Amino acid sequence: MLRFALSRLLLVVPTFVGITLIAFLFIRILPGDPVLLMAGERGVSPERHAELMAQFGFDKPMWRQYVDYIGQLLQGNFGHSFSTKRPVLEEFMARFPATLELALCAIVLATVLGVAAGILAAVKRGSWIDQATMGTALVGYSMPIFWWALLLIILFSTSLGWTPVSGRIALTHYFPSVTGFMLVDSLLSGRPGAFASAVHHLVLPTIVLATIPLAVIARQTRSAMLEVLGEVYMMTARSKGLSPSRVIGLHALRNALIPVVTTIGLQVSVLMGGAILTETIFSWPGIGKWMIDSISRRDYQVVQGGLLLIAAMVMLVNLTVDLLYGLVNPRVRHV
Amino acid sequence: MTVQTPDPTLDPVPGAGPAAQPVPPLLENWHYFTRSRGAVVGLGVFMALVAIAVLAPWIAPHDPAMQYRDALLVPPAWTAGGREAFLFGTDAVGRDILSRMMHGARFSLLIGLVVVTIALASGIIVGLVAGYVGGRTDALIMRLMDIILAFPSLLLALVLVAILGPGLFNAMLAIALVLQPHFARLTRGAVLAEKSREYVTAASVAGAGHLRLMFFTILPNCLGPLIVQATLSFSSAILDAAALGFLGMGAQPPTPEWGTMLAEAREFISSAWWVVTMPGLAILATVLSINLIGDGLRDTLDPKLKRS
Repeated sequence: MLRFALSRLLLVVPTFVGITLIAFLFIRILPGDPVLLMAGERGVSPERHAELMAQFGFDKPMWRQYVDYIGQLLQGNFGHSFSTKRPVLEEFMARFPATLELALCAIVLATVLGVAAGILAAVKRGSWIDQATMGTALVGYSMPIFWWALLLIILFSTSLGWTPVSGRIALTHYFPSVTGFMLVDSLLSGRPGAFASAVHHLVLPTIVLATIPLAVIARQTRSAMLEVLGEVYMMTARSKGLSPSRVIGLHALRNALIPVVTTIGLQVSVLMGGAILTETIFSWPGIGKWMIDSISRRDYQVVQGGLLLIAAMVMLVNLTVDLLYGLVNPRVRHV
Repeated sequence: MTVQTPDPTLDPVPGAGPAAQPVPPLLENWHYFTRSRGAVVGLGVFMALVAIAVLAPWIAPHDPAMQYRDALLVPPAWTAGGREAFLFGTDAVGRDILSRMMHGARFSLLIGLVVVTIALASGIIVGLVAGYVGGRTDALIMRLMDIILAFPSLLLALVLVAILGPGLFNAMLAIALVLQPHFARLTRGAVLAEKSREYVTAASVAGAGHLRLMFFTILPNCLGPLIVQATLSFSSAILDAAALGFLGMGAQPPTPEWGTMLAEAREFISSAWWVVTMPGLAILATVLSINLIGDGLRDTLDPKLKRS
């Protein structure tokens, strides 16, 4: 297992170096003068221009700039936001819990419903239940989620008035942030109604973000279950008189879930892409909205740092899933 | 995956007697494809969309850019206050939504076509080279693909558009680059599986050059999974382009692109539901029909699934 883990780690290193290279190149291949780009329409005086060129090291040779960049990264310096002047890492950390809370809720919803729907469809294969579930899953998989979000807002917020349209909690509830997770913080604050308000704000964004992973997980669970149900050991389990629920729940599910776990891991990248759209629509103060705002404000240091941090995070999760996969499925360790 | 050869154990095609001629591969695939009702429906809807896109300038009831100043935010014809001239209503500046949707079909299908062509062509070349040459070249190319895949695709496309500048063509380029690694990986995997087969050795011994081996001997036998991936990429290209348009980084107003139309409609979400509903419905219908075709193709072209 240790050898397997090490080989996986070694494989990730060049990818990680590549990611830093892409993030590094991003600012440098933007057409035009990097300092003028960052200054935007205000422009800068020639003296200030030279000063900034030197400050960011744009006057040095390319390889030297890259070495400096890596050096800064290793010290935890991801650059500074041009508009707020605050360190990029600090801004990222301030917004990350909001995205994490939303993504966790979405992936839990997607996994629970998706696995259940997938099992049901596989067990009732060919029935109307199977067809309805898989039809719905295909619609979910094809859904433009930004439009789906708008539809849900029209129905639940505008027409029925059940859910709020934006933010993480009603503005009337103010309390200091402890964990960064609104669900936890609102409980800790002890204010009546705060937790309910946080849940209300979370419902629609969670549904929107969960839609595509839910569809993917349901489809994957169904096909994994179908594959397992055809195995010889399933016949053995049935013929030795085990109850159907035991056969499905224990023998089939445990084997079918192995590929499903990988699928769930791969959804992290999908979730981050979805978070950009979901957070923009629901004004959710997470890193997806932060990236979009920074791109439209041309705050390129933030875009660069955010790109690197997000990619690194996705890679880390995928590596973890890979290792977990090796843990539950000994066969892959020896390939 | 190998060339589809008629297999005598397969279900016979209706009308084919026991001693009938072998079924041509294309016909056999068509037979399997049509066994899935969803795939046939998907194909029908898709063909209708293609027809609408091609004929849009002639069948659209209005000019998509024409602003009827006396008809701002007119609701659909079947609701109270609707007008017969505007079946799906009008938007905030009095443009006919149905006409804009019809013209939007041209953009979406063009986006899908261009993106898949670029991604498929470059992915095949890159994957063929990686798989055929092997060694360091292979390792280098595949690490590069890993790097691209490490970024969430929408985020990478956004950043690329930020570099290239917003616009429909740049959005298509960015999406093609993001989708390309999938084709490269698939091609490489298939090439690795086929490279050591006897027919390749035979062709090589017979004196076929590297290019001939790559493109004419090996590639045709890797096409099955690539066709399926191309179909699925077609729909993700349309979704991603619409998402970029929605975020203001794709096609720019007043282009009647569906995502861009949605972005313009956002502020009328509480007052005029039809402005928001209609373009999204078009995106969903298009993407759904293509995914139905993709599912059908996968079942047809994947021999493992064929008789399950």
